[in-house]
Amino acid sequence: MHDFRYHRPSSVDEAVKLLAGKSDARVMAGGMTLIPTLKQRLAKLTDVIDLAAIKELKGIKVEGKAVTIGAMTPHHEVASSIAVKKAIPALAALAAGIGDPHVRHRGTIGGAVANNDPTADYTAAVLALNATVKTNKRSIAADSFFKGLFETALGEGELITAVSFPVVDKAAYMKFANPASRYAIVGVFVAKSGASVRTAVTGAASCVFRCAPIETALAKSFAPEAIASVMIDGKDFNSDIHASAEYRAHLVRVMAQRAVAAAA
Amino acid sequence: MADTGIGASVRRKEDQRFITGRGHYTDDLNRPGQAYAFFVRSPHAHARIKSVNTAAAARSPGVIGVFTGQDVAADKLGSIPCGWGVTQKDGKPMNAPPHMPLAADKARYVGDQVALVVAETYNQARDAAEKVVVDYEVLPASVDLAATAKKGAPVIHDQAPNNVCFVWGLGDEAATKAAFAKAHHVAKLNLVNNRVIPNAIEPRAAIGDFDTGDDSYTLYVTSQNPHLARLVISAFVQIAPESKLRVVAPDVGGGFGSKIFIYAEECVVTWASRKVGRPVKWTAERFESFLSDAHGRDHLTHVELALDKDGKFLGLRVDTTANMGAYLSNFASAIPTYLYGTLLQGVYTTAAIYCEVTSVFTNTVPVDAVRGAGRPEATYLIERIVDVAASDMGIDRAEIRRRNFIAAIAFPYQTQVALQYDSGNYGASLEKALTMIDYAGFEKRRKEAAGRGKLRGIGLASYIEACGIAPSQVVGSLGAGVGLYEAGQVRFDATGNVTVFTGSHTHGQSHETTFAQIVSDYLGVPFEKIEVVHGDSGRIPFGMGTYGSRSLAVGGSAIVRAMDKVIAKGRRIAAHLLEASEADIEFKAGKFSVKGTDRAKTIGEIAFAAYVPHNYPLSELEPGLDETAFYDPANFTFPAGTHVCEVEIDRDTGVVAVERWVAVDDFGRIINPMVVAGQVQGGVAHGVGQALCEAAVYDKSGQLLTGSYMDYCMPRAGDLPSIEVDTTVTLCTHNPLGVKGCGETGAIAAPATLINAIVDALAPLGVKHIEMPATSQRVWQAIHSAS
Repeated sequence: MHDFRYHRPSSVDEAVKLLAGKSDARVMAGGMTLIPTLKQRLAKLTDVIDLAAIKELKGIKVEGKAVTIGAMTPHHEVASSIAVKKAIPALAALAAGIGDPHVRHRGTIGGAVANNDPTADYTAAVLALNATVKTNKRSIAADSFFKGLFETALGEGELITAVSFPVVDKAAYMKFANPASRYAIVGVFVAKSGASVRTAVTGAASCVFRCAPIETALAKSFAPEAIASVMIDGKDFNSDIHASAEYRAHLVRVMAQRAVAAAA
Repeated sequence: MADTGIGASVRRKEDQRFITGRGHYTDDLNRPGQAYAFFVRSPHAHARIKSVNTAAAARSPGVIGVFTGQDVAADKLGSIPCGWGVTQKDGKPMNAPPHMPLAADKARYVGDQVALVVAETYNQARDAAEKVVVDYEVLPASVDLAATAKKGAPVIHDQAPNNVCFVWGLGDEAATKAAFAKAHHVAKLNLVNNRVIPNAIEPRAAIGDFDTGDDSYTLYVTSQNPHLARLVISAFVQIAPESKLRVVAPDVGGGFGSKIFIYAEECVVTWASRKVGRPVKWTAERFESFLSDAHGRDHLTHVELALDKDGKFLGLRVDTTANMGAYLSNFASAIPTYLYGTLLQGVYTTAAIYCEVTSVFTNTVPVDAVRGAGRPEATYLIERIVDVAASDMGIDRAEIRRRNFIAAIAFPYQTQVALQYDSGNYGASLEKALTMIDYAGFEKRRKEAAGRGKLRGIGLASYIEACGIAPSQVVGSLGAGVGLYEAGQVRFDATGNVTVFTGSHTHGQSHETTFAQIVSDYLGVPFEKIEVVHGDSGRIPFGMGTYGSRSLAVGGSAIVRAMDKVIAKGRRIAAHLLEASEADIEFKAGKFSVKGTDRAKTIGEIAFAAYVPHNYPLSELEPGLDETAFYDPANFTFPAGTHVCEVEIDRDTGVVAVERWVAVDDFGRIINPMVVAGQVQGGVAHGVGQALCEAAVYDKSGQLLTGSYMDYCMPRAGDLPSIEVDTTVTLCTHNPLGVKGCGETGAIAAPATLINAIVDALAPLGVKHIEMPATSQRVWQAIHSAS
């Protein structure tokens, strides 16, 4: 990798100050995307601001009907948290299925959500569970957060501090993993809360999205059969050597059915 | 000796250092004053190099030297040769264009070496490499294997019109035509043998180290055959005479064939170490492994099998197009010919066989041997077409094989394609495998799976391979540029320890353990007192290295021959010491004794007498106990066997789960069953990878789309069932150990076994064939278009 200055601030304010005015500086959460990018010389940065030492960004809180996870909490902690398993078991299960053990001990929810990789897992949970993304400046509703391929609502100098997930009645995430990278070729998160059903799809398109035909059908009847004949329009879906758009569209329905069957 | 001798599952000596991180791989070695290299590689699949401007790179911090193809030409370095000249069907030699260590005129694949930067640190070399300005005139690329020999395709080498390297034929074309004319049924199939990338866990690395004191070079390199590297770099690339070049291949972390070859990088760093007067180290980044390690397989084949009304095989006709990539790698031409066409007899009595291979150039990474090398391709097409024929004619797949097996009493068996099988019993391994998997009870399991919504299938393959490569005169007459004997040296020291020097190289094969077992067994020396030395041309006798499952059959036999010499000499020393006639001395379990008496000397005492020759027949015998033998095999060896597996397919997603795997192999005598089981399991994993997920995919412009593990899918432990390994034994008749070889068979048997099972699972839907890799998408498409 190219040389850069490395910073390790101990507070969010300090991190933001370090970032200010530097066009080729980046903050680093777990570094699961940034470090390989740097090692492959695909990016040349002047400064890397490592958030690892900021204590206020870590930890899991379950209060009332919400699970709030600090941005720098690694996936392994979410996956193994008894509190999360009890409140939103689907979220713990999703975290347990990200990458491999190394990634789960380094990668963080804040990094994953801020990066908004089109094949990430957490983005589907944020959107389907109608979570709130908390930053150093404001709170952003999930529906307004994900803007497109690697694009989010985050502004300059704005850092995710936590993600807050409302507890729902039932939820599950089903991933069809790319056998090489183990990222999602298609991942579907379904969540039922009262009469409302939200479904988020990751991996299939350029950005995580909600799937209206599935939500409508499931709102009528929350059962796998209810969506057996739902047509998924795959015309804007990704198509690559691993999966055609047509195959992805098919998998969206299959994974959605399996998620409904597994929802707890 | 049972606990450490032949047949014992002795724990591996190597594991102590490997598991505790004390191995010494090339990248672990650092020479005083060492500098670091980074290669500038072509980003284009096909481009004329108009100029290379190195000025800015040369001024970059830490840079010691920047070298281009022009510098290589100015120093008159030679081309990296292809070591096997194939004679074409029309009698002409193959078209073998040069492969210069750094490209000067054109770059011919993405990754082609264009320039070298040497600097104080790796990062400085890499920074400077970004400042080398290459003016490319991008040319249209020829990437499609099916189209590269067609009119109008871009020409890659002036020396190879239409991008054809050779058109080669083997077998009796007229007799085969006649066999098809009288056939009751002809089964036909088009199939692809997919291109794979070898993916050794240790990337290639090399340190060139020129010694100004005596004008000699040492090359430390990730090689399976250090003497072959020395020979090529000396005699062909002409960097130094053999006597001035030492090649050391230390611990090597996997090869799978890819480290047989002498690559541009190791030639260039050797040469560059003299240019800069410093040792020069290069270690591949993983992306460079994908872009420059020789790839494997990559065939397009049309196969036809003629049968009589009883399902007996009358004739086999094969037409293959084989990809050579952009340049001829060292053994590229031998793979789709003498390691492929010669195996088309399989384990069957097929009466007439004809095979034609057109080998072609494309703007892709050179293609050469990968585990199995030609033999997996042969087995795949035979075992697929046999299944197609069985299905066409409504004959059970095990039964059609039984009807056509070469009988156990028919050996030696002369094939229609130039080989003579020495021993085997194909029915025995088939029946054992069928029993182990409960073949008879399969339909019950298929039904049970259907009840769970799964498609269950069973597949089998009865393979054969030729290894123990190879009789030198035979391969010489077929175009090989080298002999393929092996060397072994057995040296006692005065205190009774044994050091074995072998020309074989271990990079996962466990020679340090298994060779010591053989020596312990033969000489009666405790296992712990035996060391095996390999990999250093400065220490071992001239050896040919490890590939083609040859180490035990050829290298082990050389050690046995050297031990025969040790025993013969020991007998003479013992006769002197025991005051007996040499004819009365017998050697058993480490002791020389006078027949019918209790007078004896241990081999340790004999060694002591040989090195401290106070009471010794010096007038007729030299002191010392140190013998070398070169062993040239009389024939290839022919491991064979049957693998059977069962799969379940998820109809909704197309995901294939491998539920069971039974391997019954005939390797001849087995030295260490645990090591053999490991080789079989690794080989099966390799073959399952090719059949299920591995594929090197290029786009139309020649960019490798699967250039990292994000897209190139290797099988993982979770993708495999527990592999049930068993054996049947017929001994090899022509080597002293009776051994055949086991390193490649898994990779040879597995693709056909698995695809046959997948097609069987899909057969109820009307599916007749599926190409490799049988990815979930491909399987889903087959299900989707069938229903």
